[in-house]
Amino acid sequence: MRRMIPFFAFVLLAGLLGFGIWWNTQHDQREVPSPLINKPAPAFVLPKLDEPSRTVSRDSMLGKPYLINVFGSWCIACGEEHPVLMSEGKNIGVPLVGYNYKDAPENAKAWLAQHGNPYDLIIADEEGRTAIDFGVYGAPESFLVDAKGVIRYKHIGPLTSDVIAKELKPAIAALAKEQP
Amino acid sequence: MMRRLPSLLCLLALLTSGVVFAQAIDPLPFKDRAEEVRFQKLTRELRCLVCQNENLADSNADLARDLRHEVFDQMQAGKSDDQIKQYLVDRYSDFVLYDPPVKAGTLLLWFGPLAILLAGAGVVVFTIRKRGRTETPIDSATNDQGEDW
Repeated sequence: MRRMIPFFAFVLLAGLLGFGIWWNTQHDQREVPSPLINKPAPAFVLPKLDEPSRTVSRDSMLGKPYLINVFGSWCIACGEEHPVLMSEGKNIGVPLVGYNYKDAPENAKAWLAQHGNPYDLIIADEEGRTAIDFGVYGAPESFLVDAKGVIRYKHIGPLTSDVIAKELKPAIAALAKEQP
Repeated sequence: MMRRLPSLLCLLALLTSGVVFAQAIDPLPFKDRAEEVRFQKLTRELRCLVCQNENLADSNADLARDLRHEVFDQMQAGKSDDQIKQYLVDRYSDFVLYDPPVKAGTLLLWFGPLAILLAGAGVVVFTIRKRGRTETPIDSATNDQGEDW
């Protein structure tokens, strides 16, 4: 039995290695957990993309849940996500707010004219300063904000049909239940 | 001397281009050397979120530049290093810190290696004691050991 010990040790290490490989394929290693979940969204005041003279703020959005989707015309993954938003954006049950991140307004408008506009409202953060308050570190990112202005769910990376069905819709359904 | 001139010029160009480039990345108006040193030290302890194996000081990512400016602005506003770190942790979680704080979630990270070391030392002590007991009275035990491994 004693001479089997190295073998068992090897099996244990191999098992650990296998687990590590499995674990790393199960989740996105680049994903940073957001400390903002279940905290009030930062008090933003940002101009509308199509009407820069008018601003939208967190407080003006209170009363109804909405989904903020951070995008930019320069962002390749946003291009991958875009068709999904075009086909499913209207069916998620909450308004889709586009957050144009570090983008020249004319580029954003041209991009939307070319690929279609899935958003109910678009706010523009050309400097990217407010995005720091949201903890944005790469587009696309999506934040579900409830009627009280609290961030309830965040998805980093492109929304896919799978993510919408398995994560986003249940999160939205949970919000609907809370409302009297 | 004339034959050497082109290579000397090249060398000069190479040397100066490095300097110019380094300044072009981030021309921040530090008021003195001490402030710059403090800024460099602080941004070296903070992780860039876009290229996650780089720190804020070294990263060329757009967001890293924005965050460097944010750090600089907050330093100008008189915030302490801890306040600036807390500002970033509030937004990006402990992940931005290269030196994570000791708390329930990081106990394994901080003390795991020590625990493994102690366990290893325990095994060594246990084995030596056991051998000491079995080997000294019986001579033939040495043969057994040789065969075993």
